[in-house]
Amino acid sequence: MHPALSVIFLTTLIGAGQGFFLALYTGQVYSLGNLLPAQSSLTFYAYGSLIALALLAGGLLASFFHLGHPERAWRAASQWRTSWLSREVIILPLFMGLVLVYGALHYFGLTRPVFRLGQAVVVDLSLLVGGLASAAAFLLYLSTAMIYASLRFLQEWYSPLTVANYTLLGLASGFTLAAAFCAWSGSELVLFYTSEALLLTLIAFLVRGLSLLRNRRIRHKSTLQTAIGVRHTRIEQKAQGAMGGSFNTREFFHGRSRAAMRTLKYLFLVLVFGLPLLLLGAGLAVDSLWLPAAAFLIQYAGLLLERFYFFADSRHPQNLYYQYIS
Amino acid sequence: MTQLALVIDLNVCVGCHACVTSCKEWNTSGWAGPLSDLRPYDADPSGTFFNRVQTFEVGEFPNTETVHFPKSCLHCEDPPCVPVCPTGASYKREEDGIVLVDYDKCIGCKYCSWACPYGARELDERQRVMKKCTLCVDRIAEPTLPPEERRPACVLACPTSARLFGDIHDPNSEVSVAIREQGGYQLMPEWGTNPANHYLPRRKTRIRIHEDELLRADNPLHKEELPELPEGAETLDDVAW
Ligand code: SF4
Ligand code: SF4
Repeated sequence: MHPALSVIFLTTLIGAGQGFFLALYTGQVYSLGNLLPAQSSLTFYAYGSLIALALLAGGLLASFFHLGHPERAWRAASQWRTSWLSREVIILPLFMGLVLVYGALHYFGLTRPVFRLGQAVVVDLSLLVGGLASAAAFLLYLSTAMIYASLRFLQEWYSPLTVANYTLLGLASGFTLAAAFCAWSGSELVLFYTSEALLLTLIAFLVRGLSLLRNRRIRHKSTLQTAIGVRHTRIEQKAQGAMGGSFNTREFFHGRSRAAMRTLKYLFLVLVFGLPLLLLGAGLAVDSLWLPAAAFLIQYAGLLLERFYFFADSRHPQNLYYQYIS
Repeated sequence: MTQLALVIDLNVCVGCHACVTSCKEWNTSGWAGPLSDLRPYDADPSGTFFNRVQTFEVGEFPNTETVHFPKSCLHCEDPPCVPVCPTGASYKREEDGIVLVDYDKCIGCKYCSWACPYGARELDERQRVMKKCTLCVDRIAEPTLPPEERRPACVLACPTSARLFGDIHDPNSEVSVAIREQGGYQLMPEWGTNPANHYLPRRKTRIRIHEDELLRADNPLHKEELPELPEGAETLDDVAW
C-alpha cells in the first residue's frame, strides 16, 4: 500500500494523545488508593488534558487531509453498524469531548466528592468522567486498528496483533510523554511514569517483533492464477490497460526498494524501542529534564516511520493485476 | 431476486479495447458527471476508467498463449467494499444487485478501494469521489432507448460478442446457460466475495483421431498389399462378368 502522510499523522498523534490521557488517569486512580501522591488539579490534570487534546486535535486535523470531500465528513458517522472507520469517526470526537470535560472539571476545581466507597475511596465527578474517557480511549484504539485488521485479504494486517500494536505503541508513547510532562512540571511522578513507559515500550517491542516475524513468513492466498483464473505455472502480465499509471498504481504501491524497506525497519526499531529504552533507563538513574523529553521525541519520530512501514508492508491482492505497465 | 452481471468470454476477446472506449464515452457524458482525465495529451497521462483490458502471456516461448482480460467491478454478491464505507455512499441495489456509489455522499476516503481485492474502484482525481462500473444503470432501464440498446455500453460495443449481460439468478438466462455449459468461473474465489461477473475460460476444440481411423480397413482408395495367394488360387478378380 502507499502510505498516506495524513493517516500516519492521524494514527500516531491520536495514539499518543490517548496514551497520555490514560497515563494521567492512571495517576489519578493510583492516588485514590494512596499508591501515588495526589497531584494538583490545575497544573497536572487540567494542563495535562490540554496537551492530550492538542495531540488529538492535531490528529483530527490531519485526518481531514485524507478526504476528497472534508466538508461532507459528518456523513461518515452514519454507518457505525458495519464500518470500523465510521466507529472511529464517532469515538474520536466523543473521546475529545470527554477529555475536555475532564480537564474543565479539574480546571474549575469541581472535584468535590460525589460519594464515597467505604472509608478511603472518594469518588468525584472527574473520576467518573475520566473512567468514561478511558473506556473511550480503548475503544478508539480498537476501532483505529480494526479499520486495518478487518480487511481479510490484506493478510499482513488481518491479525489481532494489529490491534495489540496500535494499543501498545499508543500507550508507550503516551506514557513516555507523561514522564516528560512530569519532569518539566516538577511532579514527583516522573519516576513512576518513566518505569511504566519503560515497561510498555518493552512489551510493545515484543508484540511488534512478533508481528514482524509473522509477516515475514506470510503466504499470500491470491496468485496470478486465481486472479485471472488460468491454471499455468507461468503467467506474465504484458499490459495493464493504461500506459501512464492509474489510481491502482498510485494508491497500492509504495515504490521503495526492498533494501530501503529493510533499512526503514531497523531504523524504526531503533527509534521506537532501542533509544527510548536506553534514555528512559537512564532517566530512572539520573534526574534530568531532557532524558524523558528526548525519549518521547525520538520515539514519536520513530512511530512515524513505524506507521509508514506498517502501511507499505502490506501487499494488496489487486497489485497482481498491476505488475507491468506495458 | 435479480442479480445482473456480465459474463466475459476470454476465448473470444481479442483485446481491442472497444469496450473500454465505449464505456468511457457513455459514462463520461452521462448522468453521473465526467470520468476525468489528468494530463491526457501530456507526459504521464492518467484518467478514470470503469473498465480496463489487460493482457497476460501464459506459458513459455514457443508454447505461449495471449490472454486478453477485461476487468471491471464484478458486482460481488457479498461485496466487501460496501459494509466498510463510513458514509453509506457505497451500496448494493436490492432490486438488481448492482453495486453503486452515491457521488453526492462519498467523502473520498478511499477505504472501499482498499476493501476490494480486485482493484475495481478508482478515485476520480478531479471530482475527488470514488468511481466504479455501474453496469450502465442509466441505459439498462431507460425507456427512451430501443429495447435492444438497453444493455451496458461495453456489451453493445464488443465486436466479437465476448461480453454477455443478464441475470445470473435466472437459470435460463443467456448468462446462466453460458456459465453452466461453458465452464464459467469467478475471480479470486478464495475471498468469498462471490462475484456476480463470471469469465468463460479459453477453450480449444480438438478432435481425437485414433491410428486405426487414419488407416481405414475398408478404405476403397487405399492401396493395400495383396495377400500372398497360393499358386493358381481363384480370386474375386478373376471373376469377370
Ligand atoms: S469487484 Fe470490488 S468494487 Fe466491485 S463489488 Fe466486488 S469488491 Fe466491490
Ligand atoms: S471513498 Fe466514498 S464510497 Fe468509498 S468508502 Fe469512502 S465514502 Fe464510501
